Amino acid sequence: MPGIATPPAQTVPPPVAPPTATLRTTTDPSPLEPAQTGVWLAIGTICMSFAALTSAMVVRQGAAQDWRHFPLPHLLYVNTAVLLASSGTLEWSRRRITVARLAGLSGVYLTLALGLLFVTGQVIAWRQLAAQGLFLATAPSSAFFYVFTALHGLHVLGGLAALLYVLRRLRRIGGPAPGVALRAAALYWHFMGALWLYLLVILATRV
Amino acid sequence: MSQTTAHHHAPPRGFLRTHVFSVDHKVIGKQYLDLALVAVCTGMVLSWLMRFHLAWPETPIPGLDRVSPNGAAGGVITPEYYLALMTMHGTIMVFFVLTTAPFAGFGNYFLPIQVGAEDMAFPRINMASFWVTLLAFLVLVSGFVVGDGPPLSGWTAYAPLSAVGKDAGPGQGVGQTLWAVSITLFCVAQLLGALNFITTTLDLRTKGMSLARMPYATWAWFITSVIGLIAFAVLMPACILLILDRVAGTSFFIPGGLVISDRLQPHSGGSPLLWQHLFWFFGHPEVYIAILPGFGIISQILPVFARKPLLGPRVLIACLIAIAFLSYTVWGHHMFLSGMSPFSATLFSVPTLVITIPATIVTLLWIGTIYGAKLRFTTPALFCLGFVSVFVSGGISGFFLAQPSIDTYLHGTYFVVGHFHFVMGVAAMFGIFAGTYFWAPKMFGRLMNETLGKWHFWLTFIGVYCVFMPMHFLGLAGNVRRYSAFTDDYLKPMIPLHQFITIAALFTGAAQLIFLVNLVRTRLRGPKAPDNPWEATTLEWSTTSPPPFDNFGGRPPVVHRGPNEYGATAGGSDYVMQASPQSAGPA
Repeated sequence: MPGIATPPAQTVPPPVAPPTATLRTTTDPSPLEPAQTGVWLAIGTICMSFAALTSAMVVRQGAAQDWRHFPLPHLLYVNTAVLLASSGTLEWSRRRITVARLAGLSGVYLTLALGLLFVTGQVIAWRQLAAQGLFLATAPSSAFFYVFTALHGLHVLGGLAALLYVLRRLRRIGGPAPGVALRAAALYWHFMGALWLYLLVILATRV
Repeated sequence: MSQTTAHHHAPPRGFLRTHVFSVDHKVIGKQYLDLALVAVCTGMVLSWLMRFHLAWPETPIPGLDRVSPNGAAGGVITPEYYLALMTMHGTIMVFFVLTTAPFAGFGNYFLPIQVGAEDMAFPRINMASFWVTLLAFLVLVSGFVVGDGPPLSGWTAYAPLSAVGKDAGPGQGVGQTLWAVSITLFCVAQLLGALNFITTTLDLRTKGMSLARMPYATWAWFITSVIGLIAFAVLMPACILLILDRVAGTSFFIPGGLVISDRLQPHSGGSPLLWQHLFWFFGHPEVYIAILPGFGIISQILPVFARKPLLGPRVLIACLIAIAFLSYTVWGHHMFLSGMSPFSATLFSVPTLVITIPATIVTLLWIGTIYGAKLRFTTPALFCLGFVSVFVSGGISGFFLAQPSIDTYLHGTYFVVGHFHFVMGVAAMFGIFAGTYFWAPKMFGRLMNETLGKWHFWLTFIGVYCVFMPMHFLGLAGNVRRYSAFTDDYLKPMIPLHQFITIAALFTGAAQLIFLVNLVRTRLRGPKAPDNPWEATTLEWSTTSPPPFDNFGGRPPVVHRGPNEYGATAGGSDYVMQASPQSAGPA
């Protein structure tokens, strides 16, 4: 057409590869361990549950004037030290135990004992509160205290069951990859300690 | 490698280990589907009873007085028993059908095969997950025979009605406690299931199965699992608090000074709104837990019968992820009428409107996929098209409800009933039907009857439109929901339309017998299915029908391409399977 410059001659572009060619082609199976992934996911979902309960506590505290502050039993701090120590003994054990060597097995037994001591300590703390007349339904603050500590305690008992399972696997060295189970159980156990520290902080500041 | 550590169990021996307490994901998947089948039949019968009563409120239903002498004396349903039926219908359908079948059922059976794994990452946990789900179902339906009947606080169990106990009416004693225990158990089961699904997807993919090459159904199950892992983690503690309010005398959800049945309730300071927030923080994502597997199933099946690649597969995945994220920002739109400030309502309204964007894009991708295609009109293809139709019909009414000013009028009416039944109930059911017809050859090794399938589709498709479309008009006319009978003068003129809906519901329900007959006949003596009857590309079609115990006969497949290789190829066939080393791609 007049007035329009003739476009320069175009070179034919080379054929474009189909879009699938851009996909990753060297895809080996994932190096992740299912047990480890499973525990991380469990940690995520447990965090979500306790986050929901925390938000419920904040809302409930603001909903009415019946919130009643009370001092936490001092035993809880001793229990905290016991739980943190149990994390230490398990970590000590995890670093020493290999598939071929069971030198650190005593650390797992010690962790089990400390874990049980923690749960027992929590029950005693409950009884101390009950002796002061603070029960589940006494006040919203005591209700949240019992709910938080009971749910955490149940999760700790689950961790103890996992450690018993790991012990069984470790003692039967022929079983498949006991180290995997130990690593996963240790991750869960350390999380139990971290979760308790969080709960202690919100209980100490809010209840 | 994780592949070697994943599959610890040997092939089972004995009937119990093979078919009942099996750790095989395929058996567990079928168990979930069978449970959902029992549940959907139960839920549908309950809906028939409600519909019959709404249309002919004074006509006795023969035999019902024997089921519930108090709730239906003389065969006529009392208002309380109507609410009990409604509660059980909603709870059974949402939890034990719409969550159980498309997510837990099909997901269990096909997710491991589609990623090329031998089984789920944690087979024993998988088995526990099913049995806890079954226990939850039994606990729930035991409400029909224990105490004074099922609860009447709806599937949302709003406090304080759900929290105060037997003073609140029949079924609010033992029945409501059973409800709360059942849902707590269900949460535990689904959390275990979601954990398994995610781990299997992340860790057990076979060689070559990159995330970009995963089939769309697997993507949908994976994303649904992530939603479930968060949503059920919130509902579970909420149910625990509800149980404590009911049995331990706490006051999480019950306010002070509450008088029910002339009795001052011994509680103080609780917040009923707290329950609503916790419930809907779960409840809205639950809508997507029900429908996203359907998205995945449709996205996987449509290209098979369009013989074309799915349009924009990466856009689809991005939209699914966007929906999953946004689903956690919209729960307040269920609470516009709960005294929410207009400012908060706007905050929840905006993401509610925004979430329609990815949902619309997905719908356009499906329509773009079938545009210009030479569709093979098989039964699964018809149900896919039906899914798109009902999802659009139900979705469009969502635009109206997302706006607080309009929702204020419509929220308590049949408009909402029509909306959510279309977009969540019927659409998800069509996804389940599409999946059943599509995968039956693989699951049972037998082909379903196509003629019966097409009759089933057309009768159901026409039927559901007759049932749920008029509800929108009823709602616009101000017909309130949750009423057991329409005795007010302004409601009486609407009864003829209710009678039409009831007849349509009975008719549509009867049409499901065609499906049942087809399914039972197929499982017992249908014609043997070839390995890949639909000429599909994903890994489940690379193995035998049904697959062997370890899915691939000891030879894990190697994946060479994505699931979307439909269209003309150099080799003459119009598709290339994921496990095929053949190098030809679509022309």
